Amino acid sequence: MTPLETKRPLQLNDQGQLRHFLSLDGLRRELLTEILDTADSFLEVGARAVKKVPLLRGKTVCNVFFENSTRTRTTFELAAQRLSADVITLNVSTSSASKGETLLDTLRNLEAMAADMFVVRHGDSGAAHFIAEHVCPQVAIINGGDGRHAHPTQGMLDMLTIRRHKGGFENLSVAIVGDILHSRVARSNMLALKTLGCPDIRVIAPKTLLPIGIEQYGVKVYTDMAEGLKDVDVVIMLRLQRERMAGGLLPSEGEFYRLFGLTTARLAGAKPDCIVMHPGPINRGVEIESAVADGPHSVILNQVTYGIAIRMAVLSMAMSGQTAQRQFEQGQFEQENAQ
Amino acid sequence: MSLPNPAELISQMAIRLDAHLAKRGISEPRYIGIRTGGVWVAQALLDEMGSDSPLGTLDVSFYRDDFSQSGLHPQVRPSALPFEIEGQHLVLIDDVLMSGRTIRAALNELFDYGRPASVTLVCLLDLDAGELPIRPNVVGATLSLAAHERVKLSGPELKLELQDLAL
Repeated sequence: MTPLETKRPLQLNDQGQLRHFLSLDGLRRELLTEILDTADSFLEVGARAVKKVPLLRGKTVCNVFFENSTRTRTTFELAAQRLSADVITLNVSTSSASKGETLLDTLRNLEAMAADMFVVRHGDSGAAHFIAEHVCPQVAIINGGDGRHAHPTQGMLDMLTIRRHKGGFENLSVAIVGDILHSRVARSNMLALKTLGCPDIRVIAPKTLLPIGIEQYGVKVYTDMAEGLKDVDVVIMLRLQRERMAGGLLPSEGEFYRLFGLTTARLAGAKPDCIVMHPGPINRGVEIESAVADGPHSVILNQVTYGIAIRMAVLSMAMSGQTAQRQFEQGQFEQENAQ
Repeated sequence: MSLPNPAELISQMAIRLDAHLAKRGISEPRYIGIRTGGVWVAQALLDEMGSDSPLGTLDVSFYRDDFSQSGLHPQVRPSALPFEIEGQHLVLIDDVLMSGRTIRAALNELFDYGRPASVTLVCLLDLDAGELPIRPNVVGATLSLAAHERVKLSGPELKLELQDLAL
């Protein structure tokens, strides 16, 4: 390992460009802004008659999903297809893993099929990072959600949603509401908002659904909806993650809705032009009222459209960074040989 | 080597473009500038011709053939074509024609919007270094540069500058 590699964050190349996309942790504001700007340009492509550009022609993107997903998987597929890449999707939960193959062996097989990029979703925190460290270096790894840790493309599509509807981050109050403890979306959003300069980030949740040390994210914690929602510009609702809830954290769903559900009445405390976001899938009547989810403040379906553009941006930027890194290393190799 | 004055080139180009369009019987062309230099040239040309036609802008970053060598341009902007492409006569405008690869990328992008009736290529400078069979229909001036020389346009007030890569 060269000294450069030990110092440089795993997801960046020697020029500071993205080569994997694992987490928003440690990424500079300029890089996040570059992702948002690039996604803006891809949004325009999505509005054309032919929604396709030839950028990743001849590249193979492999979606490896160890956990169920509809939105993330299909929007990654669409994003790769709109970049003209070839796409394969593997639901590993229903394939080799159930026959006893290890994660690394599955990936080595996919690597042998000359995939240029893996999009990975896994139930364990740190899975994408593990893969980026241990598969061959020219495969770009994109984190499509790992355990409770991170969901960076969701974080960035939420930032694109906020920027397109609110124009920026400098004067905003943003509330993230619900099951913060189990939510990788909440973590990615808190990091991204902080990096992009949002001055007032609030989390609203019952104490049992707040992670220990939440204050280190630079957020204000509320356990009362009315107080937390007062005059906010953006409300990000989270899904109540029943499948991750190991009993005892909540008395009942009804109780949760009564105290933390987003209803029209509660939303009235926010700014009149506030927007309501949700990563989906929404549980109507559990964390959000139907009238709010389908109402004028809701931008939940816009988020899905923006998600494709963000994923196109991340896929092309990571591929670009991988290519640059390979050329850089090739150049170094030739220099060393010439000496 | 002395570079031509862009303002003079623009007025000559306007006359030649008018003649070219008249000869082809094109009355209402759609003007498209290739970002960034081509947009400056296109705007100057429209001003010179006294035209208030809307100007489309094209960013060809997603269509370049050198992605696998140079990667994605970090400052890509959305293309904006405020008119239909299908069945229209287009005037495509760029600043400097060198290899012809930018024009190829631009043509590929345009055809993703529709099937134009014709495309007329207008360039401020032709460096006569074509790597592809692409020639402008209207050109301000043709220059022959040494291998280590490049010409750079700045704007929106058009200014040409010679750069020497050997220095």
